[in-house]
Amino acid sequence: MTAAHGLSFDIAHMLAGGLVLVSFMMLYQDRLTALLHVLGLHAFVLSLSVAWQAHIQDAPGLYIAAGIALGFKAILVPQALRRMIFRMGLHREIETVGGIGLTMLAGIALVALSLRVMLPVTVHADPVAREDIALALSVVLIGLLTMVTRRNAISQVVGFMSLENGINLAATGARGMPLVVEISVAFSVLIAFIVIGVFLFRIRERFDTVDAVAIDSARGGQR
Amino acid sequence: MTVAAWTILALFGLAPFGALTARFPAGRVPIYGGSLILCAGLFYAGLTGLAGPTEHLILPLGLPWIGTHLRLDAVSGFFLVLTGMGGAGASLFAVGYTGHDAHPERVLAFYPAFLAAMALVVLADDAFTFLFAWESMSLTSWALVKAHHRQAGNAQAGFIYLIMATFSGLALLLTFGLLAGPAGGYSFDAMRASHPDLAVAAVVLVTALIGAGSKAGLVPLHVWLPLAHPAAPTHVSALMSGVMTKVAIYGFIRIVFDLLGPGQWWAGTVVLALGGLTAVLGVLHALMERDLKRLLAYSTVENIGIVFIGLGLALAFRATGFQAGAGLALTAALFHAFNHTLFKSLLFFGAGAVLKATGSGDLETLGGLIHRMPWTAFAFLAGCAAIAGLPPLNGFVSEWLTFQAMLLRPDLPQWGLKLIIPVDAAALALAAALAAACFVRAFGIAFLGRPRSEAAAQVRETDAWSIAAMLLFAMLCLAAGLVPGAVLDRIGPVAQALTGANMPRQMGDAWLTIVPVAASRSSYNGLLVFAFIAVSVLLTTTAVHWFGSRAIRRGPAWDCGFPDPSPATQYSAAGFAQPLRRVFGTVVFQSGETVDMPPPGDNRAAKIEQRIADPVWDWLYLPLGRGTIWVANRMNAVQFLTIRRYLGLVFITLIVLLMALTLWQ
Repeated sequence: MTAAHGLSFDIAHMLAGGLVLVSFMMLYQDRLTALLHVLGLHAFVLSLSVAWQAHIQDAPGLYIAAGIALGFKAILVPQALRRMIFRMGLHREIETVGGIGLTMLAGIALVALSLRVMLPVTVHADPVAREDIALALSVVLIGLLTMVTRRNAISQVVGFMSLENGINLAATGARGMPLVVEISVAFSVLIAFIVIGVFLFRIRERFDTVDAVAIDSARGGQR
Repeated sequence: MTVAAWTILALFGLAPFGALTARFPAGRVPIYGGSLILCAGLFYAGLTGLAGPTEHLILPLGLPWIGTHLRLDAVSGFFLVLTGMGGAGASLFAVGYTGHDAHPERVLAFYPAFLAAMALVVLADDAFTFLFAWESMSLTSWALVKAHHRQAGNAQAGFIYLIMATFSGLALLLTFGLLAGPAGGYSFDAMRASHPDLAVAAVVLVTALIGAGSKAGLVPLHVWLPLAHPAAPTHVSALMSGVMTKVAIYGFIRIVFDLLGPGQWWAGTVVLALGGLTAVLGVLHALMERDLKRLLAYSTVENIGIVFIGLGLALAFRATGFQAGAGLALTAALFHAFNHTLFKSLLFFGAGAVLKATGSGDLETLGGLIHRMPWTAFAFLAGCAAIAGLPPLNGFVSEWLTFQAMLLRPDLPQWGLKLIIPVDAAALALAAALAAACFVRAFGIAFLGRPRSEAAAQVRETDAWSIAAMLLFAMLCLAAGLVPGAVLDRIGPVAQALTGANMPRQMGDAWLTIVPVAASRSSYNGLLVFAFIAVSVLLTTTAVHWFGSRAIRRGPAWDCGFPDPSPATQYSAAGFAQPLRRVFGTVVFQSGETVDMPPPGDNRAAKIEQRIADPVWDWLYLPLGRGTIWVANRMNAVQFLTIRRYLGLVFITLIVLLMALTLWQ
C-alpha cells in the first residue's frame, strides 16, 4: 500500500469521523437556529466526504451526488427550515433536550455499539468501506437518538435529515453502488422535506403549535 | 393439457355471466349447464393426464416475466378427474335444486370460479400459481358459504372458515418458502431438484400438514368444516366435501410425496397418528349429530382420516424401502378419495333433496320419507351402504385395501411404526363400524318409521334433475364396487410416479378379481359378492313365499312396537346414539345426561338434558382465542403513544437487535 493511498484512506476516515462529530454537536443544541446551522455543517461535511469518495473511487458520478448534498442538504433545506422557523416565530424558542450529559453518553454508547456490530461483520470488505459503514451506522443511530430526545417537530425533522445523511454516507462508501441509488437517496430526502414541511404548516394551522406534546394532547393521547 | 387450460379459463369466464343471468328466472340453467359441460371437459383432460405422458404449459398470465406454469401428470390427472366428476354431478344436481333460490346471484357468480380455482390448484406447477389458485378456491368457497348469510350461524361459520383458510394459506406460504430455500426457486421443478436437510424437511412436513390438513379437515384443524360445509347451498356443500377436501389432499400429496423427496419413517408415524385420530373423532361426532348436513360434514372428517391413514402408511413404507407396500397403501388412499367423492356427493344431494322438501335437516323432525320420496330414499340408501363400507359397493373395497396394506408388514423394525400401525388398524376398524351405525341411524331416522313433523308428512319427491344426479352417482358407486379394477388400474400410474411401485394390473383377470399382493394372501371379487347377495336374497324370498303358510288368520292387531299413536314415541335420533354416546362420549366428549323428574303431584313434563363438550374447542381453540384477546387488550395501550414514543420504540428495538447481533457473534 502506497503512502498516497494511506493518506486518501486517512482523509476519508477523517471526513466520516467529522460527520459523527457534527452529529454529536447536534445532540446538545437546544436552540432551533443553532440546530439548523449544525445541520448545514453536517450536510457540508457529508458533501466533502462524498466528493472525496468520488476522487478516490474515480467515480465522477459521485460528484453529482456531492453536489446534490451540498446544494440541497447543506443550503436549501436548512434555509427553508430557517424561513419556516421565522415565519412561525419559533426562532427564540428553547427546547429542553433532557440531560445533555446523559444524551452524550448514550451517543458514545451508540458509536461503540455500531463499531462493535459492523467491524466483525465486514472483515472481508474493502477497508475504506468497512470503517465508513461503521461510522455511517453511528450517524444513523445518533440521528435517531436526536429524533427521540426532541419534543419540537422541526428538530425531529432535523434529526431525520441527519439520519438520511448517514445512509448517504454508507451508500457512497460502498464501491460500485449504482449512481441511481445515491441520487435517489438524495432526492428522497428532498421529497420527504417537502412533505414534512407541508404537514408542519397544516399542523400549525390547526393547533397553533408544532410542539409534538401539544399535538398529542389534542389527539387525546398520553404523554 | 390445452383442453384443461381452456376449460379453466372458460370457467373463470363463466363466472361474471353468473352475475348477469342471475336476474332471470331461468338464469341458473346456462351457468350450471355450462359448468356441467366444462366439468366433463376437466374429466376428459384428467383422463388424458392419467394415461398420457407429463405435459407442461406456460401461460403468459400472472406475474410478469414469470407467467403461469401448468403441468398435467398422472397425479394432477387423477385429481382433475375427481374435480370434473364431482363438479359435473353437483352442476347437474344444481340445475333442479336451485330452482327457487331467493338470491341466485350470490351463488351463480362464484360457483364456476370455485370450480376453476380447484382445477387450477391441481394443475399448478409453481408456488405462485398454486397459492393463487388455493386462495381463490378459499375465497370463492367462502363467498358461497356466506350465500345465505342471514340464516342463524352462517355468518359465524363463514368467519371461522375465513380464519382457518387464512391460516392454511399462511402455512402453505411458509412451506413453499422453505422448499424454495435461499436460492428462491419457486417452480416445482426447482423444488424437486433441491433436497432440503432433515430439520427443514420436518418443518415442511408440519406446515404442509397444517396448510393442507386444515383445508381437508384433519383433527384438530377440522373445526370450520362441520360449520361451513352445511352452511353453503347443498350443491356447494357437495363440492366442498366431495371435491375441495380432495384438492387439499392433492396439495399434501404434491408437497410431501413429490416436492419433498424421500422422507423419514417418522413422517409416516405422524400422519398415521393424525389420520387415526381424525377417523375416530370424526365418526363419533357424526354419530351424535342431529343435523343431517352437519352429520355428513363430520363423516367427511372421518373419511379424510381414512385417506390420511393410507397416505401415512405409504409414507412409512416408502421411507423404509418397501415400495410395493407404499404403492398399495397410496392406491388404497386415492381409491378411497375417489369413492368418497362419489358417495359423499350423493349423500349431500340426498340431504339437499330432503332439506328442500321438508325445509329442515334436523333428524328429529324427519321420518317416513321413503313413502313419499322413494327415489331419493333409494339413492340415499345406496350412498349410506357405500359409505358404511358394505360390499359389494365401493366403500368396502377401498377400506379393505387399506387394511390389506396395514397387514402387509407387521415386522417393521421401527418402534414407532410397530406401535402405530396396529393402533391405526384398530382405529380404522372402529371407525368403519361406527360409520355403519351412524348411517343406519341417518337413514333409519330420516327415511323410515313415521313422520315426526307435519312438514315431513307432506313432502313431495324432488325434481328430475336432482334424481338423475343422485341415481347417476349411485350407479357409479355400484360400478366402482363391482369392477374396482377399472379404477385401480387408472390409479396405477399415480402410485408409480409417487412411490415407484403400483399394484399389479387388475383388469387382466378373467373374473375381475382384485388381488392386492398375491392370490395366496387375499383377493376380493365384487361381482361374486354381488351375485351371492342377489342369489341368496332371491332364494330366501322364494323360500319364505314357498314354505310360508297361505292360510289367512285373524288375530289381535300387533302394534308394531308403537302402542302410542304419536310419532314421538318412535326411536329418536338421540335415543339411537345414546348407547354409543355413553360408551365413548363420557370420556372423549365428557358427555352426560341429567334427568329432571318432577315429584309426584307436579304436572310439569320430565326433562332429559344432554351435555356434550368438544375437546378440540375446549382445549385448543377457546384458550387460543382467550389468549389472543388477552394479548390484544394488553397491546391496546400501544395504540395511543406520542410520535416520540413510537420513535423510541423503533429505536430501542433497533438497539436490542444490534446488541443481539453482537452477542450472537
